[in-house]
Amino acid sequence: MSAPVASTAPVTTPSSQWQRRLRVRNLTLIAIVGFALLSLVRVITGAQELTSAGTIQAALTSSIPIAMAGLGGLWSERAGIVNIGLEGMMILGTFGAGYFGYHYGSIAGILGAIVLGMIGGLLHGIATVYFGVDHIVSGVAINIIALGAAGFLAETYFTGLEGGGPTQSPPLPAPMTINVDFLDNPLASIEAKQWFFVSDFAGLLRVFVNDLPVLTILCLALFVLTFWVLWRTKFGLRLRSCGEEPAAAESLGVNVYNYKMIAVVISGGLSGLGGAFLAMVASSGFQVGQTGGRGYIGLAAMIFGNWRPGGLLLGSGLFGYTQALPLRREATVSIHALLLLVAILLLLVAAYQLWRKNTLQAVSGAVFGAAFLVWYLSTDVVPSDFTKMAPYVTTLLVLALASQRLRMPKADGLVYRRGSAG
Amino acid sequence: MSRWMRLGLPVAAVVLALVFSGVVATLVLLFTGDDVVGFWRVLFTWPSERDLVDIINMTAILYLSGAAAAIGFRMNLFNIGVEGQYRLAGLFAGAFAAQGLLPGKLNVAAAILVAMAVGALWAGIAGVLRVWRGVSEVISTIMLNAIAGSLIGFLLVKWGESTGNARNTKMMPEDSWTGFFRLFPDVSDGAYHLSLLAPLVGIAFFILVYYTRFGFDLRAAGASESAAVSSGVSVKKMIVVSMLLSGAVAGLIGVPMMFSEAHQYGSAFQTGLGFTGIAVALLGRNHPMGIAFGALIFAFLGQQANLLNILAGVSPDIVNMTQGIIVLSVVIAFEVIRRLATRIEQRQVATQLDAERQGDTALKGASA
Repeated sequence: MSAPVASTAPVTTPSSQWQRRLRVRNLTLIAIVGFALLSLVRVITGAQELTSAGTIQAALTSSIPIAMAGLGGLWSERAGIVNIGLEGMMILGTFGAGYFGYHYGSIAGILGAIVLGMIGGLLHGIATVYFGVDHIVSGVAINIIALGAAGFLAETYFTGLEGGGPTQSPPLPAPMTINVDFLDNPLASIEAKQWFFVSDFAGLLRVFVNDLPVLTILCLALFVLTFWVLWRTKFGLRLRSCGEEPAAAESLGVNVYNYKMIAVVISGGLSGLGGAFLAMVASSGFQVGQTGGRGYIGLAAMIFGNWRPGGLLLGSGLFGYTQALPLRREATVSIHALLLLVAILLLLVAAYQLWRKNTLQAVSGAVFGAAFLVWYLSTDVVPSDFTKMAPYVTTLLVLALASQRLRMPKADGLVYRRGSAG
Repeated sequence: MSRWMRLGLPVAAVVLALVFSGVVATLVLLFTGDDVVGFWRVLFTWPSERDLVDIINMTAILYLSGAAAAIGFRMNLFNIGVEGQYRLAGLFAGAFAAQGLLPGKLNVAAAILVAMAVGALWAGIAGVLRVWRGVSEVISTIMLNAIAGSLIGFLLVKWGESTGNARNTKMMPEDSWTGFFRLFPDVSDGAYHLSLLAPLVGIAFFILVYYTRFGFDLRAAGASESAAVSSGVSVKKMIVVSMLLSGAVAGLIGVPMMFSEAHQYGSAFQTGLGFTGIAVALLGRNHPMGIAFGALIFAFLGQQANLLNILAGVSPDIVNMTQGIIVLSVVIAFEVIRRLATRIEQRQVATQLDAERQGDTALKGASA
């Protein structure tokens, strides 16, 4: 690694800047093409719920907690700490939102969730950074502790409260939402026209003008902030250097322990915020077992997104959408329509690979695409269990097929002891 | 380092961690204003005969779960997927046994093999992905857990039958039911017949790790992959085989209870044991004897926790939390001890070297 790691701003040679722009453009392109395909499938199959404002809103609501956990994972893994404990920190967050939200209002609830998540992160940091405990072991232990602590505290503090009980908090005050009423009606009328893409896009926009929780905006803003801090500031460069080459970072005067601790505490805070979203926005209060493995899914979304915020956002969207769709009305129709989407996607990949002259990939893509097409044409119903399974299978496939393209921070998960630089 | 220290230090670490966890639990209870005295009284009451039976059964089950995790840990593999493996294995074993293809106990033996095969295959996916595509087994087993959950839901709809709200596989034929070892005359149930699987697995695990070529390779590769490679061990093969073994043992977790009590796979099948197994393995330092100790502690705590609500008005979840704290403080204590031992050893070697050098110079002086 070259010398200016700790002392200068990020290297911004023209080529790397161009690459970065390309990456952002690629992601935007993927998102737009994906949405257009979805719209196309809606028009062909008549499954209106695929892109209705209600579905998109539900998808956004289930994406945000996953995205927040993933963002937490991004922070800690960029500093070299693998964080399986995200799930536990999120559980602490849901309880914090329940307790502080009920007693002191929604803002206190959000802050309480963040602080409790941070405590989980602090624990993970002390164990892994100072004591050099294996990261996975510590994370597993924190998940056990958090699950027990939230259950215990809930039973202690929520039993006997009106609307509360041993496994749930009383209903929480809903955090603020934003309405842009004058835009909603025209957009709704466009959506009702069922035009290709335009109506779907109107539906998408409606989600952002109609009862949009402020917390959602905050969470999305944190993505921008994360990107800026980690990739545009000295602090971020130093933090990432601890995840890549801690010995080199230390030799240049970076206090590796401090940066790792900061990263993992922030990680906990973000997971806690995800928990707050879950308890206050996605539902109306804390419940035991509310996180349902979303911390783990967030971790998967982060890997799916190649340890980068944009990819993580895309991955969370995918997970959130497939989580939300089976719960919508006309779910069976929508899920069945998704088969066509998968078929089209696979055939497109096959065509692309043919163009790239990768015959083997092209043929296998075409075969699987055809199989999905036949499945779509020959059936009317897909068992909802398959839809629930879909994001996980996709992640496994992406990992299996694209693992060569994924690059995790070089020293991710390795225990670093101060003084290793010699 | 002396033999006494090598044995004594880990035990001291576990005791210290248990005491520390107890102190934390006490502080938490004081903070929430719960009945601390009642909590400790319940925890240290000698269990009734009925509860003792449950503790023994749970120890056997947790032992299997801990052993499954430990086999992976020995190879530096994190089989987080024990959970999915044993649930899927239980479903297949239950569905197979219900067919009654074979007579009586032969059916049970075949079902056990089915469970082991399904567990091994499900874990094997993660192993193959690891060596073939370099996918971290941590993340793939987490994905496989989630997939197993959905798959089980789907297969239960396909193969199972509804009883009330629950879906179960069909009842297995009565000649395939296994019974109980009656431990107390007054308690109708006893230890599950198939809980004998736990000591069997323990002995096999012990022999495998300490008395076979494979075990030697396993320990070598787990301790230092590069050293193992240079002495001719195929790490890829070791990874896949350990993952298969880990999954096969995981497949057994649900078996004892299913054949003695539920006689079908379904709502009565206990979930969450896979994650507890990880904790048990950590507590037992992945050693066949240590895991037995860890399983006993967790089974005991879990059983006593059931009484907390009734007898002391304390939420039993405090025990779950304490279990987590035990695990974390034990691994921290082990790590501290490891560093301490290294330092002691370094100092010993240094003094020995010094002494030898002085002896050398003295010799040289004498000869000159």
